Amino acid sequence: MKRHLISAADLSRGDALLILDTAEELASLADRPIKKLPTLRGRTVVNLFFEDSTRTRISFEAAAKRLSADVINFSAKGSSVAKGESLKDTALTLEAMGADAVVIRHSASGAAHRLAGWVRGSVVNAGDGTHEHPTQALLDAFTIRRRLRATAGRGSGLDGIRVTIVGDVLHSRVARSNVLLLSILGAEVTLAAPPTLLPLAVDTWPCAVSYDLDTELPKSDVVMMLRVQQERMTAAYFPSVREYSRRYGLDAARMARLPDHAIVMHPGPMNRGVEIAAEVADSARSMIVEQVANGVTTRMAVLYLLLGGTEFPAVAS
Amino acid sequence: MGAYGRPVAGRDGLAVLDADEIRRALTRIAHEILERTHGGDELVLLGIPTRGVPLARRLAARIGEFEGLEVPCGSLDVTMHRDDLRLRPARALGRTDLPRSGVDGKTVVLVDDVLYSGRTVRAALDALTDLGRPRAVQLAVLVDRGHRELPIRADYVGKNLPTSQREVVHVLLAEVDARDTVMISDEGGPS
Repeated sequence: MKRHLISAADLSRGDALLILDTAEELASLADRPIKKLPTLRGRTVVNLFFEDSTRTRISFEAAAKRLSADVINFSAKGSSVAKGESLKDTALTLEAMGADAVVIRHSASGAAHRLAGWVRGSVVNAGDGTHEHPTQALLDAFTIRRRLRATAGRGSGLDGIRVTIVGDVLHSRVARSNVLLLSILGAEVTLAAPPTLLPLAVDTWPCAVSYDLDTELPKSDVVMMLRVQQERMTAAYFPSVREYSRRYGLDAARMARLPDHAIVMHPGPMNRGVEIAAEVADSARSMIVEQVANGVTTRMAVLYLLLGGTEFPAVAS
Repeated sequence: MGAYGRPVAGRDGLAVLDADEIRRALTRIAHEILERTHGGDELVLLGIPTRGVPLARRLAARIGEFEGLEVPCGSLDVTMHRDDLRLRPARALGRTDLPRSGVDGKTVVLVDDVLYSGRTVRAALDALTDLGRPRAVQLAVLVDRGHRELPIRADYVGKNLPTSQREVVHVLLAEVDARDTVMISDEGGPS
């Protein structure tokens, strides 16, 4: 494993499997009377959130606390200082507090990468702009493996599993991280989206691209719906929400076209009625609640593997 | 070298226990466990990964043969409770798998292959505390090689093996290593 987790591409197949296998062992903790391990006692994890988040921040906080680390929540919302400068100042503050790991969410792509050059501890990217969100991809891979490869057990990848990622790929850090990680693990990924919501260089990504969701559904083992990120949309990407929903929304009729074993995922927060119908979100195929539970477990595995052993040798910056 | 006669020198070092001797040692330990726990009442065997787990299963099978009772058997990973985690890169976790009956009020026998510093057993006691409250905890090991660093002793020992701290003891078991033997070698061991 590298010292930081900035991008899903930082992980080799071996690293990714080590994280999934570690998460698998940690999952049983949730059934025990004492849901806590002493492993990271005396280590400090700082949650540095420049952007709104419920799920991810709470998930990282729960993960760090279950490993007995001290957690400092740093909510930098409303900062009026220019972005680059404020991030560096914040980094120096964190240095002074002796953070062993910094979990950062920022609206600027590349923020986690910049921060990694300024602090001594490990940096975990919890979402930077429209770039990446590697722990979300890890928890998605973990959820897929638990559901569709339950009997294969430790060390098995996602070879041959067909995953269709649907919707606002352009603004989605979740999509990019998932494409990278799932393909490292051997899954066959297809992006299904309107051409306006696909990034420019999508042909260089390790995945297939389709504009037609309905032809992809019958051959999908996993359908991953993305949130339509209206807060990041600065132009008209589709004529109307209703038209988007008709073409790319997952409703009960579309869900019926899926194979019987197929599962439906969504990274949250959902726009019910836009990309996913309420009856689909609440159906038995929906993994949405399970994804949240698996998020804590997967993030515990990441924190353990980054902080549980010897300190990484200092890198000249 | 002890009651089992002259050790045999091999490619990987000296073989100090062969397959038959391991079998006999486990049979004796199984009988001792039955004696000490009054017939295996409320007994749970927990193996410490990696090689403690097959040893615990073998003991459970043997006790089953002798007394016709099914002994609950599981595994207890101690990695997250170790005191030397920061001395090495983070390592992969083993499996913790408790029998459905749990450990509360039971007599738990921890099973490991080699007892050395005692630090693994210390970690196991901590891990066990988080899982429940056994009535008693005992320790069974295939080899006790001495050099304890903590006040810990085994209740059941397959073989006491005087060693120097430079030496390395390898327990090989059919379930993991395709053969049963205990070897002792100078630093490094079989490559």
